[in-house]
Order: sequence, then C-alpha cells, then structure tokens
Amino acid sequence: MAGDINPMEQFEVGHLIDLKLFGYDVSFTNSALFMVVVFVLLATFMAGGLKRQLIPGRWQTAAEGAVSFIDSMVNVNIGKGGKKFAPYIFSLFFFILFANLVGVLPLAILPGLHTFAVTSHITVTAVLAFFSFGIVLLVGFFKHGLKFFSLFVPHGAPMVLLPVIVPVELISFLVRPFSLGLRLFVAMTAGHILLEVFGSFAVQGLNAGFNGSWIGFVVWLGSFAMIVGVSALELLVCAIQAYVFALLTSLYLHDAVHLH
Amino acid sequence: MDHTSAMYLGAGLAAIGVGMAAIGVGNVFGSFLEGALRNPSAADGQQGRLFIGFAAAELLGLIAFVVAILILFVVK
Repeated sequence: MAGDINPMEQFEVGHLIDLKLFGYDVSFTNSALFMVVVFVLLATFMAGGLKRQLIPGRWQTAAEGAVSFIDSMVNVNIGKGGKKFAPYIFSLFFFILFANLVGVLPLAILPGLHTFAVTSHITVTAVLAFFSFGIVLLVGFFKHGLKFFSLFVPHGAPMVLLPVIVPVELISFLVRPFSLGLRLFVAMTAGHILLEVFGSFAVQGLNAGFNGSWIGFVVWLGSFAMIVGVSALELLVCAIQAYVFALLTSLYLHDAVHLH
Repeated sequence: MDHTSAMYLGAGLAAIGVGMAAIGVGNVFGSFLEGALRNPSAADGQQGRLFIGFAAAELLGLIAFVVAILILFVVK
C-alpha cells in the first residue's frame, strides 16, 4: 500500500508544450507555468497598487508597505549606496515569497489542479543564489578593484595568523552561493515531503477505515490535524526563507560595497 | 550487512543531525526571547540578527537532511 504513494512524485517536472530551439529542448514545463503564474500575481499586485492617491486606499497601502519594507531592509543592511539595490532585492524577495506560497496552496481539492513549488528545485534556487553572488562580485570588483580581496583579511588580525585565516575566510566566502541556494531548496523540499507523507497517511487511514478497521479513522483524524499544523508552519517557513534569502543577499552586498 | 540495509541505517543516522539542528535553532530563538523579555524595547531592533542566526543554524540541519537524501536516492 505504501508503495503506491511516492513522496518525490510531486517534484517531477513535465513538459506541457514541447518546443525546440536550435536542437535544444526549451519546452514549456509545469515549472515554467508556475513561474509565469507567480509573475502574473506579483505584477497584478504591484500594478494595482501603483496609484498616486494622496490618501491611499487599501491596495495602494499594501503595495507601499511592501516597497517600504524592502527599502528599510536595504537601508539598514547595506547603508549608504544601498538604494540602487532595492529593486533587485524587492524582485528577489517577492518572487521567492510568492513562489513559495503558490507551492503550498491546497488547490488540489479541485481534481488535477496540483500547484508546483517552483523553488523546490535546486536548479531554480541555485540560479537565484548565483545571480545574487554574481552581483556581489561585480559590485565588489567594479567598486574596489583588486582591493576587494582585503575582504578576507579581518581588521586587527595579527600577521602571523593570516595564512590560516585567509583560506578559511575565502572558503566561507565561496560557500555563500551554495548555502543560499541549498537553504531555500531544502526548506521547501522538506516541507513538501512532510506534507505529502502526512497526506498519504490520511488517505491510507481513510481507506482502511472504510474497509472495516476503525483505527483507520483515528489515523485519518490525527494525520489531518498534523497536515493543518504543518501547513501553518509551512506558511511561516515560506515567509521566513524568502526573508532570509533577501536579508543575506543584502548583507553580502554590504560586504561588497563597504568592505567590512 | 547487505548494501540496502547499510544505506537505510546510514540515512537514519544522518537524520539524527537534523534533531541536533533543532536544538541549535531552539537555542537561537530561546536566547533572543530571554533577552527580549528583559529589554522589550530593544528587541525589535535586533530582529534582523535573530533571522540571520536562525538561518545559519537551520542551514546545518538542512545539510544533514541533504546527506540523508543523498544516501537514500543518489548512492547506487
């Protein structure tokens, strides 16, 4: 019975429209479809809020609140010269937030409408992380030239310890994009696997209950309660992981712009 | 011990690391709450550092989870 339900099946990427470009497979997949959905949602949210009423209505207040949240995060974490990164951090934070939330939506109650968590694939999160890291490197090298390498020498470190400290700092710097991408990917994947496992318990419990044993109904009720609880936790984790990704990107940009 | 049993045992042992990360994350939030209850007005200013600490502790737990998944699904 347990062999019928595979917790990894929800992450499969399938072609919706087959396309080929110069021999490369550029099919429109369900992952791409949900990225388009996220983009449409975000664009509608911002376009609806970009009014210029002096006394803002609710939608305008929400959009302004979103922009000012990112603005304050960028100001606090990057400081001077940080304002030019606010659009990127805004796009990053809200894309990841909306993508995470769309993936957790329980729309599957309508048959066939399974939402797909775009950020539950390392391909997506690694690209986002390497893009952030690339921006950090570009900003660092364009602003400071070769003095950017002084980032790896902490203030006040005795010269004797430098051969130990510099490689350690270098490695911890180079791990940053991997850790950024991995954190978001594993958080989303683990959450979705957990939800699927409890869902499979609920389905099997209900089937067993209808086939005679009353314990099936107990298992079903317990699993259903766990699904509700874990879904609430997942909503929190979605928001926290998006915030952490944007926050850490801002901190790395602070390092690049200010060199400590 | 045959290969499959060793795989499953290895994955189970790797998952113990996730429990240890739970202690770490609880430590971060617990220390924050303890300080916040002593000095509530200063708590809001430190929220950023709370999430940075949480991210760092959580990452190591997620790495343990990734090791378990690697053993289960990637090792032949």
